[in-house]
Amino acid sequence: MMVSGKAVKFGDNVDTDVIIPGKYLVFIDPRELAQHAMEGLDPDFVKKAKDGVIIVAGKNFGCGSSREQAPLALKYAGVKCVIAESFARIFYRNAINIGLPVAECKDISRKVETGDMLSVNLETGTVKDESKGTTLIAAQLPPFILEILSDGGLIENLRKRMKQK
Amino acid sequence: MNISEKILAKKSGKDKVSAGEIVDAKVDMIMVNDITAPLAIESFRKIGAHHVWDNQKIVMVLDHQTPAGSVKAAELHKMMREFAKEQKIKSFYDVNEGGGVCHQVMAEKGYVTPGTLVVGADSHTCTYGALGAFGTGIGSTEAAAVFATGKIWLKVPEAIRINVKGRFQKLVTPKDLILSIIGQIGADGATYKTAEFAGSTLRDMSIGGRMTLCNMAVEMGAKNGIVEPDEKTRKFLEGRTDKALESFESLRSDPDASYEKVVELDVTDLEPQVSCPSSVDNVKSVSKLVGVKIDQAFLGSCTNGRLEDLQLAAGILKGKKIKNSVRLLVSPASQEIYLQALREGLLEIFVEAGGFVCNPTCGPCWGGHFGVLASGEACISSSNRNFIGRMGSPKAGVYLASPATVAASALAGKIADPRELEA
Repeated sequence: MMVSGKAVKFGDNVDTDVIIPGKYLVFIDPRELAQHAMEGLDPDFVKKAKDGVIIVAGKNFGCGSSREQAPLALKYAGVKCVIAESFARIFYRNAINIGLPVAECKDISRKVETGDMLSVNLETGTVKDESKGTTLIAAQLPPFILEILSDGGLIENLRKRMKQK
Repeated sequence: MNISEKILAKKSGKDKVSAGEIVDAKVDMIMVNDITAPLAIESFRKIGAHHVWDNQKIVMVLDHQTPAGSVKAAELHKMMREFAKEQKIKSFYDVNEGGGVCHQVMAEKGYVTPGTLVVGADSHTCTYGALGAFGTGIGSTEAAAVFATGKIWLKVPEAIRINVKGRFQKLVTPKDLILSIIGQIGADGATYKTAEFAGSTLRDMSIGGRMTLCNMAVEMGAKNGIVEPDEKTRKFLEGRTDKALESFESLRSDPDASYEKVVELDVTDLEPQVSCPSSVDNVKSVSKLVGVKIDQAFLGSCTNGRLEDLQLAAGILKGKKIKNSVRLLVSPASQEIYLQALREGLLEIFVEAGGFVCNPTCGPCWGGHFGVLASGEACISSSNRNFIGRMGSPKAGVYLASPATVAASALAGKIADPRELEA
């Protein structure tokens, strides 16, 4: 699985309240949620993400509330993948479950700048910064997680598995 | 093995598990609330399943936007009621008898018992470790998968053991302890891990206090918080559950259990602690913040909205008036607590002091449908998060503290040390 897009960089401890503030959780349509993605940190994010971006961040991305609306808002705003130095565990699971690729990559926020063109191979964990001509290595995802992602999320994965039974 | 490993081994049908191993575990109970259930219901439909795996093991609680503050919220509540009816889910807590903040309801109504695996579509599901259960938060789609299959994959977490000794000074509480721990360990210091609380201070601590500790384990990234069950646990559960409790002997960490780290703490000299905007690990002793002006004080939430919290705050507020520049919002964590507080005269004390008593709800804690802050305002809160925009405007600041510090600060109109007020 390959994904690519321009990097948009954030810092450490990006929490789900800034990814999608509580007041918008009355929406369950992901397209409505997407209009407010990252509003707490960057009101222009939605415009930037429209054509497909990769979020690059520091430690503990997605900490806080278990709201799945957070990865949903990012995915539908145009985020192709989130690469962070580490993730909060519920966000990490939620992202995989809704089919938003995530990758853990040490030091990524020091080595990549906003605007760099990135391409990510999720199988091998290779992150190519095409603007800088450098390559970084992210932690490899276990096969069952890759399978969920390539199916498009946990729902599709479960449907497939239920059919196989 | 430690307690968490023992529970995960049992639930996955293994004799032994160790950190890092991925297990497929059977879920004993699952909880969803009104911001996570609607998406879970949608996902459940998309999976194509017609019936939930076990309608006795699903608990649905309306708490985040109760009573509904908008038509959209009301529609989501209606959607949940209809799903419960269709799937014959009896454990449904609406805006009526027995309702309240989900984690309080789960404990009070006996859904959480020692040795069980309970997942919940809410990050503070880690609260259940206070009763010796493995409780962890999940998202909506995963909740839908559990609705359909009754199972979940989990990575057996590494564990941090936190041994606590000493007696708290008067008006210093388990909330001050957990804030201090988070300040030391950091907002991501326990990510993916178990936070196991032990030691003589824990043995003396009420179930409510243990819930406060385990509740905030997620604020340092933990997968679960846990405390060995004991006689206090048994007593708390008396009359709340019909389930036969398993022997607590099998729920003790072995002497040779492995821990990634062991932290030794003594609370004897612990001062009241305050977590400052906008990260929960930005913790300082109250003495460094005395005098910071506040506009709102919130007493409630799954962290500190229990009877003992209200009693503590009422003891400080009794016969006094809060500063008229301050709005004090009090939300007992459940209808049961509300009624007890009413009968004990606590609500009267809050109202006479100038406070507003609200219904049991998550409301103000998460900046939902009421009790929100304007730009430039500051709130001292007994809740669990102070992220940017958490309680309303992104330009407002939230200070997290114990119920005692919240009450003392409401009287002073600025952050105050409850121990000084007492003198």
